Amino acid sequence: MKVLVTVKRVVDYTVPVRVKDDQTGVDTANVKMSMNPFDEIAVEEAIRLKEQGIAHEVIVVSIGLPVCQDTLRTALSMGADRAILVETDLDIQPLAAAKIFKAIALQESPQLIILGKQAIDSDHNQTGQMLAGLLNWPQATFISKLKVENNCVQVTREIEGGLETLLLQLPAVITTDLRLNKPRYLSLPQIMQAKKKPLQIMSASTLQLDLQPRLKIIKVVAPQKRRAGIKVSSVTELFDRLKNETQVW
Amino acid sequence: MKILFLSEHDNKKLQISNYHVLTAAQQLAGEIDVLVIGDHCETVVQAAQKLPSIHKVLVADAPEYAHQLAENSAELIASLAKEYQYIVASASAFGKNCLPRVAALLDLALVSDVVTIISPDTFERYIYAGNALTTVVINESIKILTIRQTAFSEAEPDKNEVAPVEMINTVFENKRTKFINQELTKNTRPELTAAKIIVSGGRGFKSAENFKLLEKLADQLGAAVGASRAAVDAGFAPNDYQVGQTGKVVAPDLYIAIGISGAIQHLAGMKDSKVIVAINSDPDAPIFAIADYGLVADLFDVLIEIEKFIKDKECN
Ligand SMILES: Cc1cc2nc3c(=O)[nH]c(=O)nc-3n(C[C@H](O)[C@H](O)[C@H](O)COP(=O)(O)OP(=O)(O)OC[C@H]3O[C@@H](n4cnc5c(N)ncnc54)[C@H](O)[C@@H]3O)c2cc1C
Repeated sequence: MKVLVTVKRVVDYTVPVRVKDDQTGVDTANVKMSMNPFDEIAVEEAIRLKEQGIAHEVIVVSIGLPVCQDTLRTALSMGADRAILVETDLDIQPLAAAKIFKAIALQESPQLIILGKQAIDSDHNQTGQMLAGLLNWPQATFISKLKVENNCVQVTREIEGGLETLLLQLPAVITTDLRLNKPRYLSLPQIMQAKKKPLQIMSASTLQLDLQPRLKIIKVVAPQKRRAGIKVSSVTELFDRLKNETQVW
Repeated sequence: MKILFLSEHDNKKLQISNYHVLTAAQQLAGEIDVLVIGDHCETVVQAAQKLPSIHKVLVADAPEYAHQLAENSAELIASLAKEYQYIVASASAFGKNCLPRVAALLDLALVSDVVTIISPDTFERYIYAGNALTTVVINESIKILTIRQTAFSEAEPDKNEVAPVEMINTVFENKRTKFINQELTKNTRPELTAAKIIVSGGRGFKSAENFKLLEKLADQLGAAVGASRAAVDAGFAPNDYQVGQTGKVVAPDLYIAIGISGAIQHLAGMKDSKVIVAINSDPDAPIFAIADYGLVADLFDVLIEIEKFIKDKECN
């Protein structure tokens, strides 16, 4: 089975982001960038399928500027076999990303596509579902467990009140939640090896898709900050203050 | 202007989220049709008919819709879409699973997790775990939105009005996805997203056994229980207790964070609470930077003291 995994380069989750003064966006100059954590989980899962002998090839794909090759190299170091960068300087929004991934899926014919459930920069949580819709494939979002059996994949999803288990016929699209696995650490030999793995670069324009952003972001501001309150010295003081100073107790 | 509102339910009752999302739909100022997709969901339909100021209830009731899977639900919604200028649902696991698929079928963009409706085509939503707030304009012919429940107040049910029902008889099959089972967390406490008080625990609890102390406190206070990701990952609490960027977004009157450090991803889910109390043994824990009241102490001592405090109060 061939598995396709999508990865996005985002501001590292430990970076406290700062909104630009001109309100056009978030300052990403000179900040640490990493693979979206949910995508890392997606890559890890695909590699585990390969190690179990279920997947024979793991292909990773990213969309964006040439620097996204770094993110793809990380995925190759983790154990993916080859990578594709769809190069563009457009602001690629979820629908456009889904269209690109569909085009790649039609070229590569994977049996399983794994995406992170959301990118921690734009927090949309849409692309996997859109891709499944465009391909007319079964979908399972927010999964915390996965088992491939014959021509199906059994998945457990994290839903509003607990967990849900579904059985999807392949080919299918799934999106990862945090508890699916713990991604591995990279070793130096793996990083060296990954440099020799194939990384194909294609221009997004060759796909001839409508990739123009449909959502116009007209302003980005810092949210209202909460201020630190006071320290209380005891439980009694805490409840006294809650009673006297707030309407919530 | 016509709005299609996808309701969230479990075939027996309407979730509270619907009443919040309805408030958002009302702000769009149009005629609202509520869609109920399910199986043997008569009681849901009856409750939906009493939602205030709605036009009608559309009902797709068939075994194929029993588990409200995205595949055929999306096809059904897309088949109805042409008559509407908006399609809205809650930004819950349910709405987030289904509406993007609908959008793709219609070749439309979607705005997720809307917190403010500024004008008919302009909305606010958070990015970067709540660290930035964006204003987004969408020019699509049908605007598809998921709504953050906690950002809108709860609409009151209307006891006098009963909206008419219209049955949808087309059934879309779903042959390639099979529902196996659901394991729902047994919970007698208030729903997290609707609770007035939440007590939330983190890694500081150190074990699932200790986490029960928090549940006991919740019961004494009539509160819901939340958890940090670390507490859920460690198995102290079930996944649906997780509060944060990638868990639930809550905004109770009172949020008591106990043994939680206050990572950005956690704050994203609770910083709109009215009053925040933090209890942590580390005076430098980031949670104190946003807490209205901070208590630097060992949580296990504090839990004993709170229990005693409440018992004393009840005796007086
Ligand atoms: C992609 C991504 C998404 C994430 N999404 C979420 C999310 O949705 N929600 C979420 O919560 N996290 C999320 N996280 C994780 C987040 O970054 C933190 O790791 C997590 O919130 C930490 O949980 P914690 O505060 O319980 O644990 P810790 O950070 O370990 O903090 C434990 C705290 O307990 C205190 N403590 C210990 N013992 C005691 C004691 N005896 N008495 C009092 N205090 C004590 C310590 O001082 C410490 O401050 C996400 C991370 C990533 C990368």
